[in-house]
Amino acid sequence: MVYRHQWIVIASGVVEPVLYLFGIGLGIGGLVGGVQLADGRFVSYAAYVGPALLASAAMNGAVFETIFNVFFKLNYAKTYEGILATPMGITEIALGEMLWALMRAALYAVAMLVIMAAMGLILSPLAILALPAALFISAAFSAAGLAGTSYLRTVQDFDIPMGLIVQPMFLFSGTFFPITAYPLPIQVFMHLTPLYHAVNLIRGLMTGILGWGQAWDFAYLAAFFVVFMWLATRQMERKLIK
Amino acid sequence: MPAASDALVRARSLTKRFNAFTAVDGIDFEVPAGGSFGFLGPNGAGKTSTMRMIACASPVTSGELRVIGMDPRTDAREIKARLGVVPQIDNLDQELTVRENLEMYARYFDIPAAVARQRASELLEFVQLAERAKDQVEPLSGGMKRRLTIARALINEPELVILDEPTTGLDPQARHLLWERLYQLKRRGATLIITTHYMDEAEQLCDRLVVMDKARIVAEGSPRQLIDQYSTREVLELRLPDADRGRRNGQLDGLADRIEELPDRTLLYTDDGERALDAVHARQIPVESALVRRSSLEDVFLRLTGRTLVE
Repeated sequence: MVYRHQWIVIASGVVEPVLYLFGIGLGIGGLVGGVQLADGRFVSYAAYVGPALLASAAMNGAVFETIFNVFFKLNYAKTYEGILATPMGITEIALGEMLWALMRAALYAVAMLVIMAAMGLILSPLAILALPAALFISAAFSAAGLAGTSYLRTVQDFDIPMGLIVQPMFLFSGTFFPITAYPLPIQVFMHLTPLYHAVNLIRGLMTGILGWGQAWDFAYLAAFFVVFMWLATRQMERKLIK
Repeated sequence: MPAASDALVRARSLTKRFNAFTAVDGIDFEVPAGGSFGFLGPNGAGKTSTMRMIACASPVTSGELRVIGMDPRTDAREIKARLGVVPQIDNLDQELTVRENLEMYARYFDIPAAVARQRASELLEFVQLAERAKDQVEPLSGGMKRRLTIARALINEPELVILDEPTTGLDPQARHLLWERLYQLKRRGATLIITTHYMDEAEQLCDRLVVMDKARIVAEGSPRQLIDQYSTREVLELRLPDADRGRRNGQLDGLADRIEELPDRTLLYTDDGERALDAVHARQIPVESALVRRSSLEDVFLRLTGRTLVE
């Protein structure tokens, strides 16, 4: 309901990945030509980076929503204390915030899919599954965001998740180039990041590569979701119920 | 004392501890259905902790608590569906309009949209905010926000309304309007639980009250009973010349039931203030000014909880 008044914020979330797609996808795409996929095919750079941007948009939507907005509601507006005075409980609050993050992610994903389709960057009918996959990714990241927010104390603390976790992940999760470009230890580390799996899953779906790799991505993200959801509700309970 | 079955809220050795700190130390009380019940006490006496336990917002550390016949440990959802809570600090949604705040809150109680709209209109009328329905919350005055918070607490037509310091920080006009609304609410049959440290508020609003101090209940009764029990009918306030301070010892003895020396005044607790004043004059004690007034809850409160500042 709040967002009746805030559609511009949401719109910016749609525009950002699209700008990246045009700026980097087409710009760098012009320099590097094509990228070789796991199955040996060569695809245009834009078609390579597009799915990764979609996955990142799902992550960003979820993380921004659950970190910034939830932080203020939790610490300043005391919104949740009002809600907890009603029959609602902590789980409903966490799920509600998550659902909202998912709606945002869905919007970003649909917009990206439509634009990529219009640009001819979708290489497989499986791409339609990228939408539920994006929702799933955003669920995983909103759980992490909720859990993380409850540890933040001041506005300055935002720099930690944003600068040290989200941004580096965005740059180093096989988003813009294959991770094989890096030395092995770094590759191992990248394999551990959730965004790598998110990117790999969406890229697989949009380019038509579906194998054990994607199943593993899915399993990883599912586990990630469960762990952080548990942590998030536990933390919010600690913060709100005294 | 009403029978246990009539009590809307019943506590037996109710205790709340935060680590080593004991906020509520084994208190017993019963809030009868109907009327309004006050919790008085200085800051930090444990009033808010008690309120939060009743509202199922804070787990009971030990002891027994029944709210509308249910146990907050197991039936929190059911209890909360039938409660209205006005917290000490307004937590209205700043990003919504006045009306949206009410309708949104109704959603949490699963109230159908059409019903919510109608109740919102009625409640805005009730708290005299109808003409501000479409305005944002932020620019409203403190009194308006408070009234909106109260309207919000009534959206589920609660049987029991908990108000934690409802008028703290409001100007006299806003307080009187609020009192009048709360009185109306009581007349409609709701039970109110009010915490306050304003004695005039307690006298105005509460049919029964308990005085809390240092996590315990130190007195209980109606405002009148408490005054009768812990104070005298009248109080004679004297301002005596400072120079006489040292020589005054014993001069006033026997003139009142109890004499209290304050830095600026001397209080004589007695059933007949005028007669005590005559006696003061008869003893030819120099007096700068004198005032006879009826004893108030404030006298009770200060007697029970002391004059030193508690922090």
